[in-house]
Amino acid sequence: MSVENIEREHIVSMRVENRSGVLARVAGLFSGRGYNIESLTVAPTLDPTISMMTIVTKGDDLIIEQILKQLNKLVEAISVIDLTERAYIDRDMAIIKVQTTPETRAEVFRIAEIFRARVIDSTNTMYTLEVTGTGRKVEAMIYQLQPIGIEELVRAGHIAVAREPYGEDTDIRSK
Amino acid sequence: MILNGSQILIEALKREGVDVIFGLPGGVVLKIFDELHQQSAIQVLLARHEQGVGHMAEGYAKATGKPGIALVTSGPGMTNIVTPLADAYMDSVPIIVFTGQVSTQLIGNDAFQEADNLGISRPCTKHNFLVRDVKDLSRTIREAFHIATTGRPGPVLVDIPKDVSMNTAEFEYPEEVNLRGYNPNREGDKTQVTRAAEAICQAKRPVIYVGGGAVFANAADEVKALAEIGNIPVDMTLMGLGIFPATHPLSLGMLGMHGSYTANMAIHHADLVIAVGSRFDDRVTGKTSEFCPKAKIIHIDIDPTSIRKVRDIEVHIPILGDVKTVLTELTQVLRVSIDGHKKNLRGPWWNQLREWMVQHPLAYSQSDDEAIKPQYVIDRLCRLTTDNDPIVATDVGQHQMWTAQYFKLEHPRRWLTSGGLGTMGFGFPAALGAQRAYPDRLVLCISGDGSFQMNLQELATAVLYKLPVKVAIINNHYHGMVRQWQDLFYEGRYASSHLFAIPDYVKLAEAYGAVGLRATTPSDVDVVIQEAVDTDGPVLMDFEVSQSENCYPMIPAGGANHEMLLEDPPHLSQAAKSLVRVSDDGDSVLTA
Repeated sequence: MSVENIEREHIVSMRVENRSGVLARVAGLFSGRGYNIESLTVAPTLDPTISMMTIVTKGDDLIIEQILKQLNKLVEAISVIDLTERAYIDRDMAIIKVQTTPETRAEVFRIAEIFRARVIDSTNTMYTLEVTGTGRKVEAMIYQLQPIGIEELVRAGHIAVAREPYGEDTDIRSK
Repeated sequence: MILNGSQILIEALKREGVDVIFGLPGGVVLKIFDELHQQSAIQVLLARHEQGVGHMAEGYAKATGKPGIALVTSGPGMTNIVTPLADAYMDSVPIIVFTGQVSTQLIGNDAFQEADNLGISRPCTKHNFLVRDVKDLSRTIREAFHIATTGRPGPVLVDIPKDVSMNTAEFEYPEEVNLRGYNPNREGDKTQVTRAAEAICQAKRPVIYVGGGAVFANAADEVKALAEIGNIPVDMTLMGLGIFPATHPLSLGMLGMHGSYTANMAIHHADLVIAVGSRFDDRVTGKTSEFCPKAKIIHIDIDPTSIRKVRDIEVHIPILGDVKTVLTELTQVLRVSIDGHKKNLRGPWWNQLREWMVQHPLAYSQSDDEAIKPQYVIDRLCRLTTDNDPIVATDVGQHQMWTAQYFKLEHPRRWLTSGGLGTMGFGFPAALGAQRAYPDRLVLCISGDGSFQMNLQELATAVLYKLPVKVAIINNHYHGMVRQWQDLFYEGRYASSHLFAIPDYVKLAEAYGAVGLRATTPSDVDVVIQEAVDTDGPVLMDFEVSQSENCYPMIPAGGANHEMLLEDPPHLSQAAKSLVRVSDDGDSVLTA
């Protein structure tokens, strides 16, 4: 098998037992073995005994292979999938407080519209915006708002899910 | 049946076939000890330090193949057993450590003798549990045994708060384990097995590289079958010693940093390496980019993370599965496909191997008028006890490597050593654990004066329980391996390696009520060994050996397997700058 040494971002989707300590196991595994976590989200699924973790990590093929194997080895990991290997949909979310003056309020509002963000709070000197989308989209909006003045910014980690197949595309389903 | 938590623990252990717990009491586990005190099915073997407790459980587990059970208290009791947990995790030893915890309502309050047992042990256990409700206790114990003993074995910790040990619940021991996230793969892929068999048939210079995984899988017969069917030489790792008879004509002995010349040359020049339950540890591979550069690699292992773990070492035919099962299939296929003609192709390979054996055998010299050589002691220990088929425990350092080289083991589960973690202080308590499992067998502990002092308090345990372990201290007044590295790489500056104050080990043994013996000349050695073996009860043998002896062959850290030091370089102080290396044609050459 040929192995590439190029570092790439991977999105790992993991179903784990919904118990205390599982997050610590996963985080400890990454820090203990020197792997990177770019972002991590965790929340319960429809089945309350199972949580879904979405981990964005970086590494070359060998490292990613080890990460997947190590995660799989955790007793409380029910399934581990590298979404990057298949078609998937991913979303980021950010809540951004932007300083406004009478001169900039319209501009901020226009940017929000372009990125389909919503104003979720407003004062005389501040808009609070909520945006969801791909990581690139969220970053693009932040980039445009920065010169106007971002007071505070909170970003949620990546969440992602495999795309459902359609038509003749049974290849994905078989995975 | 309504029982309290402590009774549930005892009942569950009985169902698991446990008859001994290695333990040390403390505040939060008093209820458990009290209940143990009132029954006789399970013995509590009281150690003197929790590190001793843990290594005893390891020694028991390694010698028997059954899980070793430890019971210690919260806080310092738990932190003291972290080293055995880490040791067991590295060397895949199935032990189950029950730790006391403060009562559930106190957890997180910095209560007296509280520690975050789960947090501390997480990176050095296969899995760990905190039992918050007595209703979960029996199921948790069942799961702990299952996890510790299946797949790649390892240590499991079960943390029991004081109130859980006292509260009551209906006792029912589950038959089945339901862990949806834990499915250790058992059977190797058939296609891969066929590919492996083909590769073995075609190989001209194959080597089996077998490790501890084959010992845990009880695959000695299968390893032997593979070697004999294929006429393949066998390299063993430190952890694998005993899996293949050391005196078998196909055995090349141990490979790696202090492995035999032939074992290392063989793997370096092989065209096919069959790795069996071994994990390409850095002490085996040396410089990974030059590890068996001409070979295809077959890797059979139960642990997926062990396969293709090392960056520079490509595995061509990975087979994930239980070593015993996979080897059974592989030898079945091989028996059919290999024919005499192909085996004969390996004539030149065996000629080469024999040439290497003759060129550089393991050797030392001992004359009557010089100090005792450590190798001589170990050689004599081996020869004088071989009829007893002893279990041999070691500590860590020069004496460990010499024992690995000179103590010829014929069977598995006779060898108790700390490989991965390299835990000084492991040997003596591990020997005691094995002796408890096999009261009538000869158990030797070969230790160093540095290592032995790390857990010598267990002399009391040996005397108390009449565990007749024979300890041989290879006493050179140094942390010998440290001194050797200082000789070779730090221009002979012995920073903190000389021990200066050495206790009188004969008096020490006597102070504990054991027997102490001393050998100071080569002619004393046999006498002391014989007397020790003939003595009932534990014996401490103090062998005053040459202080300057170094352990060879040695692959300097970062060197490749064919670049061995075979003897002290002419000018030790300059060794750091210019290593003596052995070239492929066997000449010693100096390279800058």
